[in-house]
Amino acid sequence: MAETKSTQPIITFDKVNKWYGNNFHVLRDIDLSVAKGERIVICGPSGSGKSTLIRCINRLEEHQQGHLIVDGVELTDDVKAIDQVRKEVGMVFQQFNLFPHLTVLENLTLSPMWVGKMPKKEAEEKAMIQLKRVRIAEQAGKYPLQLSGGQQQRVAIARALCLKPKIMLFDEPTSALDPEMIKEVLDVMIAMADEGITMLCVTHEMGFAKAVADRVIFMDQGQIVEQNNPHDFFNNPQSERSKDFLSKILGH
Amino acid sequence: MNATTFQPIPARPAPVNTEGPVAWVKSNLMGDWKTTLSTVLIGAVLLWYVPQIINWAFITASWAPRYEACSAEGVGACWGVITEKYRIILFGRYPYEEQWRPLIATTLLTGLLVASCMRRFWHLWLPLMWLAVLTIFFALMYGNFGGLTKVETDRWGGLPLTILLSSLSLVLCFPIALVVALGRRSKLPAIRSFCTIYVELIRGVPLISVLFMASFMFPLFMPQGTQIDVLLRVLVGITLFAAAYMAEVIRGGLQAIPKGQVEAAATLGLSYWQTQRMIVLPQALAMVVPGIMNNFISTFKDTSLVTIVSLYELTGALKLGINSDANWRPFIIEGYFFIALIYFVFCFSMSRYSRWVEKQVNKSKLR
Repeated sequence: MAETKSTQPIITFDKVNKWYGNNFHVLRDIDLSVAKGERIVICGPSGSGKSTLIRCINRLEEHQQGHLIVDGVELTDDVKAIDQVRKEVGMVFQQFNLFPHLTVLENLTLSPMWVGKMPKKEAEEKAMIQLKRVRIAEQAGKYPLQLSGGQQQRVAIARALCLKPKIMLFDEPTSALDPEMIKEVLDVMIAMADEGITMLCVTHEMGFAKAVADRVIFMDQGQIVEQNNPHDFFNNPQSERSKDFLSKILGH
Repeated sequence: MNATTFQPIPARPAPVNTEGPVAWVKSNLMGDWKTTLSTVLIGAVLLWYVPQIINWAFITASWAPRYEACSAEGVGACWGVITEKYRIILFGRYPYEEQWRPLIATTLLTGLLVASCMRRFWHLWLPLMWLAVLTIFFALMYGNFGGLTKVETDRWGGLPLTILLSSLSLVLCFPIALVVALGRRSKLPAIRSFCTIYVELIRGVPLISVLFMASFMFPLFMPQGTQIDVLLRVLVGITLFAAAYMAEVIRGGLQAIPKGQVEAAATLGLSYWQTQRMIVLPQALAMVVPGIMNNFISTFKDTSLVTIVSLYELTGALKLGINSDANWRPFIIEGYFFIALIYFVFCFSMSRYSRWVEKQVNKSKLR
């Protein structure tokens, strides 16, 4: 698997530190490099910094120390650099964050039209392709709140894909969904994984991790405790902390 | 082991009838002995008073413009005062023979106001129409060209003044309020504190004192010889006053927008202004339509305070017209009923319009 991928990492964390306020040290000396096309699942107890970690990648959160380079651009206060990185990075949130006052189709065409300056017709055609891809094309004219949670999350994925991102970030994409809807979202994500987009996914769906992840990262207290391929991580965790965590989430 | 098939129980109608007029009366008017008792009591009071009011207002009322008829024994309301004085109530101190000018000007402005509320007129040329109508309004009212005599702004009055002051201050205060509301949430401390100070200063004083300052104090600080029209000064005063309140209403809406909306917009690459214009403001404003309309209505009525600086709008013109005439002075209450009706028509239309707007903006929330 690793041979087919470029050796140049697409994301590099170099001793990244982040604090909320003065005393809450949320990311501690993070070193991580992600290869192009790599699919990474990040798990860990709540408050361990996993969401913050991926939110640093598109600068929804700022880091205070260290270097973070995404697709050759270092993230600093420079607004141009941030804009450039955000063009390459799509994100899917736990709470979907669709725009409730716009139809599904308008949610998808908004950014291509206003940021990408694409003509409306072309933007709508491309949006319909993405909606078909997440199997929800027939809902294009509805408003987000008229859809089920699973459908909304699939729209959110399609919206992110409309920007043709090189990297996709998923922040607990199935945590707000009813059990019956989790599968339809995971199916879409698994289909995406075969298309070579670099994916970083915060999730506790261990089945998904086993099916698509190249690497599982386990975090606790702002640090990366352990990282390994899914098979070894689940069957033979190295640290006591990951063993304990796995026994809790797989124990029943 | 055999799997049992799931068989849904068919839906049945409710055992007690809950729809229709009979059920409504039963549950709302005659629910138990307490509601029945209050229904009877309130019904009795209405039966006692409503005929008396109708009798006073219509049956024994005097409609002729003769004050002697009104003073006669057993006469109810004296609507003659309106028939006699409606010109001065509606147009104030504007010269009597020239009152066709404010009539046309006000009709135009009111028509434009109504048109601006309708979706089918929301085109790019609407602001141009405003510019055109306002120009005509001022030209007609002020005159001093093509044979029209000059009428100074301090003689403008009555309904034209009320409508001019309220429509201009409402139209102008809205954009100011938007900017101030956004400014109070800005990341830049200078902008944030400037907006906060503005809002707190204006909210800290009554409108009357703002008008007083605009009208009497402000000229003292101007260099000798410069004159700013009193109407303009008052207009600026009302606008700035209304904008401060409006800004707070809008800020309430802004605060109700979840952080995730802005984050999603950021990940899609939208700029700050694009995010505000297309994501945050449409949702925030939709949420505070009732509050905005509340402010509009209250500003509309607050224009009656300009009497304090000798501008005689509707309320002022009524007092001016009737108090100056000893014969009609006892019947000013009927005059108040008359202008109350005018105020009510405007305010009630605004309130109905706000309901319509609410329905429009909440379409996306229907399931």
